[in-house]
Amino acid sequence: MSRPAVRCEHVTLSYGTRRIWSDLSLEIGPGSFLAVLGPNGSGKTSLLRALLGLVTPSSGTVEVLGHRPRRGDPVIGYVPQRSTFDSDLPLRGVDLVRLGLDGHRWGIGLPNRGSNLKVTLAIASVEATSYARAPIGRLSGGEQQRLRIAQALVGDPRLLLCDEPLANLDLRHQQGITELIGNWRKETGGTVLLVTHDVNPVLHLVDLVLFVVNGRWAVGPPDEVLTSETMSELYQSHVDVVRVHGRILVVGESTGPGFELEEPHHMPNALVDHEAPR
Amino acid sequence: MIDQLVRLLDYEFVQNAIAAGFIIAVVCGVVSRFVVARDMSFAVHALAEIGFTGAAGFVLLRLPPVLGLLTGASLSAIFIGALGVRARGRDNLIGVTLAFGLGLGVLFISLYRQYATQAFAILFGTITGVSRNDVLLMIGMGVATLGAVALVYRPLTFMTVDPEVAEARGVPVGILGVVFLLIMAVAIVEAVQVVGVLLILTLMITPGAAAERLTPQPGRAILYGVVIALFCTLGGITLALLINWPVSFFVTSLSFIVYAVSRVLLGPFLQRRAVRGSETAAEAVTRPKRSMSA
Repeated sequence: MSRPAVRCEHVTLSYGTRRIWSDLSLEIGPGSFLAVLGPNGSGKTSLLRALLGLVTPSSGTVEVLGHRPRRGDPVIGYVPQRSTFDSDLPLRGVDLVRLGLDGHRWGIGLPNRGSNLKVTLAIASVEATSYARAPIGRLSGGEQQRLRIAQALVGDPRLLLCDEPLANLDLRHQQGITELIGNWRKETGGTVLLVTHDVNPVLHLVDLVLFVVNGRWAVGPPDEVLTSETMSELYQSHVDVVRVHGRILVVGESTGPGFELEEPHHMPNALVDHEAPR
Repeated sequence: MIDQLVRLLDYEFVQNAIAAGFIIAVVCGVVSRFVVARDMSFAVHALAEIGFTGAAGFVLLRLPPVLGLLTGASLSAIFIGALGVRARGRDNLIGVTLAFGLGLGVLFISLYRQYATQAFAILFGTITGVSRNDVLLMIGMGVATLGAVALVYRPLTFMTVDPEVAEARGVPVGILGVVFLLIMAVAIVEAVQVVGVLLILTLMITPGAAAERLTPQPGRAILYGVVIALFCTLGGITLALLINWPVSFFVTSLSFIVYAVSRVLLGPFLQRRAVRGSETAAEAVTRPKRSMSA
């Protein structure tokens, strides 16, 4: 059995006195696709930050591809939670992708043939060539997200961390981005960790689900974790997991903020014009 | 008029002014690109005014005011950088520091019993009064600043446009934030020689703000910023020599005109051209623009 891509052993993470999650243990084999789910504020992003070496757990061991997380690890590609670019920012898609390749190095860094080729190929691989030279702040959300993925992949990582890469995208772009990530995994055998509030767009790719609620967590294949029993235990109140048209909806008896896995505005789409995966 | 200009070039003070103006404009053109992109105009103002306090203090102690300016601006850069680079209330911190610093400056001026010519020079600029030694100092500081910018260029650009990924890729965002404030402090000391503390934004903001209307390419935006700063500074000095009104007035007027032209006339035209060929051209041009605060 080869070395796991990500290994957490009894990891507890807290900010000050606030405990984000405790005693988290999981192992993700190379080439797997893990979806990290849970309500807002449950520490999904913190898990990515721990793997990136930006926060240190208060106890437990974290390993990424066999070593401790360290900042600037070239084996990790990172797609952050979406932030918009100012429309006047003098920056093009090619510049953003290039920063992913060598932006952390000192000096001016004059372009050379090798790095130009890498940037061009990364942009072509996300089918963004036609708009890669336009000001990035004037592109649509889906186009910016494709360039972000090219930026994460240009350094040839073996682990891809994506934080809500599908948020605020329309269905067509959601499917496009999902397909890109899926293809990358298939072609390179890389591992994907994807934080999302809605598992449905990526359900057909997911091997493992990590569901975090108020410091409690469950991990396993979607069919084992996304069940009424497990969810009720995590939320500590009665929760129904409903499968409609191949989609999974998690619905609780009391609908507190961030309680629903499924964002309400996705539902009409799902029922009217979205053909379910699988 | 040309004759008059050529004759003026024989004077040493004119040569000094042009040489100093040249290096100052290059530095300001480069640094203003980052000031605008990092949205730090308020910090520029604070550093300059606390620099003024430093200069007033040095005058009181009979030390060179330029060094006081540098000391004041650098100390406030370190203070603001160490406490507030990543804090949400950055502007509050800057405001509080600025008010206190300027209050000290008022005290120093009032303690200085003689007519404070040097203090006024710092407030409004003295480019036609710089000596050969001042020029050498300007060149030295200018080269150091440009060297520092070149050294941190890529990570500074990265953390400016894309802070989350830059941090994840190992860019030391905290330290670099302070380094950039120090670079800004030196650039401010340079710009003060031309336009003074009160009009500092004309050289530290306008070139970068006008340049970004003209091109979406980061490298070119810096180049255009330098060209604009050179045009405004050297043009302002020349006009002041011919007409004998204050240099600051001409520099600020030229910058304003350049900004207006690039924003109203050239900018929209060039932007449309930049987006053309992109799939989203139509969408992007019609999308309402978010205005940038500067």
